Amino acid sequence: MTTATVSTHDDHHDHGHPSGIKRWLFTTNHKDIGTMYMIFALIMFLVGGMMIMGVRAELFQPGMQLMKPEFFNQLIGVHALIMIFAALMPVATGMANWLIPMMIGAPDMALPRLNNWSFWLLPPAATLLVMPFILALFGVGTGAVATGWTLYAPLSVQGGMGVDFAIFSIHLLGISSILASINVVVTILNMRAPGMTMMKMPLFVWAWLITAFLLIATIPVLAGAVTMLLTDRHFDTHFFDAAGGGDPILFQHLFWFFGHPEVYILLLPIWGFMPHILSAFARKPIYGHKAQVYSFWAIGIMSVIVWAHHFFTVGMPIPALLYFMYSTMAISLPLAVLFFCWIATIWRGSMTFETPMLFALGFVILFGIGGLTGLVLADVAADAQYHHSYFVVAHFHYTLFAGGIMGAMAGVYFWLPKFTGHMYDEKLGKTHFWLTAISFNLTFIPQFFLGLAGMPRRIPDYALQFTEFNMISSLGAFALGLSQLLFVYIIIKCARGGEKASDRVWEGAKGLEFTLPSPPPYHSFTTQPVVK
Amino acid sequence: MTETQGHYYVPEPSRYPIMVSGGIFLLALGFILKINSIAIGQWSMLAGFLLILYVLFGWFGTVIGESEGGRYHKWEDHSFRWGMVWFIASEVMFFAAFFGALFYVREFSVPSLLDTQSLWPGYAGAWPISGAGPGGKAFTPMGAWGIPAINTMILLTSGATVTWAHWGLLKNNRTQLIAGLFLTVALGISFLTLQAYEYHHAYTELGLTMGAGVYGATFFMLTGFHGFHVTLGTIMLIVILFRSMKGHFKPDSHFGFEGVAWYWHFVDVVWLLLFVLVYWL
Repeated sequence: MTTATVSTHDDHHDHGHPSGIKRWLFTTNHKDIGTMYMIFALIMFLVGGMMIMGVRAELFQPGMQLMKPEFFNQLIGVHALIMIFAALMPVATGMANWLIPMMIGAPDMALPRLNNWSFWLLPPAATLLVMPFILALFGVGTGAVATGWTLYAPLSVQGGMGVDFAIFSIHLLGISSILASINVVVTILNMRAPGMTMMKMPLFVWAWLITAFLLIATIPVLAGAVTMLLTDRHFDTHFFDAAGGGDPILFQHLFWFFGHPEVYILLLPIWGFMPHILSAFARKPIYGHKAQVYSFWAIGIMSVIVWAHHFFTVGMPIPALLYFMYSTMAISLPLAVLFFCWIATIWRGSMTFETPMLFALGFVILFGIGGLTGLVLADVAADAQYHHSYFVVAHFHYTLFAGGIMGAMAGVYFWLPKFTGHMYDEKLGKTHFWLTAISFNLTFIPQFFLGLAGMPRRIPDYALQFTEFNMISSLGAFALGLSQLLFVYIIIKCARGGEKASDRVWEGAKGLEFTLPSPPPYHSFTTQPVVK
Repeated sequence: MTETQGHYYVPEPSRYPIMVSGGIFLLALGFILKINSIAIGQWSMLAGFLLILYVLFGWFGTVIGESEGGRYHKWEDHSFRWGMVWFIASEVMFFAAFFGALFYVREFSVPSLLDTQSLWPGYAGAWPISGAGPGGKAFTPMGAWGIPAINTMILLTSGATVTWAHWGLLKNNRTQLIAGLFLTVALGISFLTLQAYEYHHAYTELGLTMGAGVYGATFFMLTGFHGFHVTLGTIMLIVILFRSMKGHFKPDSHFGFEGVAWYWHFVDVVWLLLFVLVYWL
């Protein structure tokens, strides 16, 4: 797609950047910041995972086993918030930091100090989120937010101090996301190498541009919603209180105006990975570059006008139900274009199945299931039955774990040799894929059936007839959790050494980042390459 | 954008971003503790505030130093412009959340509550709500044609004066630049003074408080966040005024000035919407 003449980067004047801990605390380098984002995401992925292990342990058998319902509720809500805001979003931002400057031939991100700030807002935000658990041990407060990640009023208005911690954690996470998005947009608009026109941009960059637009458009609305929640809780306002003319459903509208685009914010960067990986291992050019760009745009725009399908059962007028149903279903059209492009890219290619390719193919199939079950939920009549059941839980884990996390892993395996300069252990990588894919399905296929049979989500106890499927699901979850320790081991091993990676890393890899050495120099393109 | 570029200025490692994150953390933590009646909260807030203040001076001082030291050229300038554009876009969406809430309560929740039952004596299910209010605390809505109308004139005039200052800068006429900025700052402060008086009037005479139903909630949150933005804008204008007096900015390179002017115009536009949708209609 892009051929580049890279002038030598021998003049990269390392103006004595600090070493040791200060290098990481004060850095303005996009690669250092990207690395920190990804390490943070990995740590929080494990933290959020441990929380849900507790939940699955409780659900292993019917009856109350290990914990009080309040604590169960806290684990569920904080698990979701951590996985979404502190694991998936940071890993995507970390990859953006590493890859976008290299892919468009830029010296760094456009606003390097702001970039550092975006990252360093995350650890305080995560601390605020988890802190109430610890405070409760010392008798302060009643623990973390126990409303689920959606923070629905009036439950969240009445909840304990944990809700306040969650509100401010969301504010900090939001500031971080907005600043990072501004940086991404500015970098893409202003830092492209000569000759890198918008339509020549790699698809990962395009996907992130739309992601950043969505974040800038929707995170402030979430900030507004939780601010109203805060004033309803402590400053006497009645936004969500019918006694003063307000309405709890207003919160749901505001929340999902953010929440639905958020789904695409999590997935667009992953859709950006796919064509790169699929085309490299099929040894064929990307099929439908333009079509995918237009699909990203279509999905991005449509994502902000379909939010109310998250609460069909709340009691909306029929015309509103119809509108939100049809508009939601319409999103499957541009998404289907993406699926066809992915399949056409590997069609009759000479494929090999290295770990990134396995994860990418696993993504296409499992995310496909997530998408199709989403269509079922988009049907108002069907949703009346499936709403708030385990069917929904299974559906969004197919999109956000198989789609989000496994897609992110595909990207990490694909570019890790480029980042570290070493190949990861291929045998272990493949083992990790099969363990993850099998245990993931073991966890969530039973949940589809549990949901269809009527088991409600977010309840720590269940009727006896759900026992077997819950046991299978819990066993799958424990296997899934343990498998991820292998992932951590593979990454550490790859960072510390291993077979030297070539500049191109993969036989079929294309793009400016593969014209640089592995690992790339501290400043990627001190002199911009010319793209022909 | 695609023409051959020179060297892009990538700043040295900086201690300010992580420090301001720490400050924000202390401020947020302190605030949470304080609103939950835990006494050490206010000290955490104070420490966080001081840290943020220190970073504001340090970070902006560094940027001004780099700017005056000639580190920024056209390429960097483009980045700052785009950055400011998208920052203001995010601010627009923040206000959109509150305008959206206003639309929702006016169109849906307030009228529909009339169908079920009367919330309080005098509840007519029409906007603006008024009467006995939740908890029996009676309130009267704010009129549009007193202070709000004057404030509209003030802000519109300040938009003109800041543009006049900009023309002065483009012509390299320092006196016009400084006079224009001074007038703008004075108008901004007048606006804030009048709004403070209006709030006092609302609380003491109209019974209009944050708790005065959704009318009070939307009124104070919308005008309050706007007032907060005017305050920020005025502080930024004061900084720009002092920098102008020190001889900063050149006719062909003055992003600092323009960024603040854009922000000021944004605040101005939000006010026009507020005047029409909150006060008038």
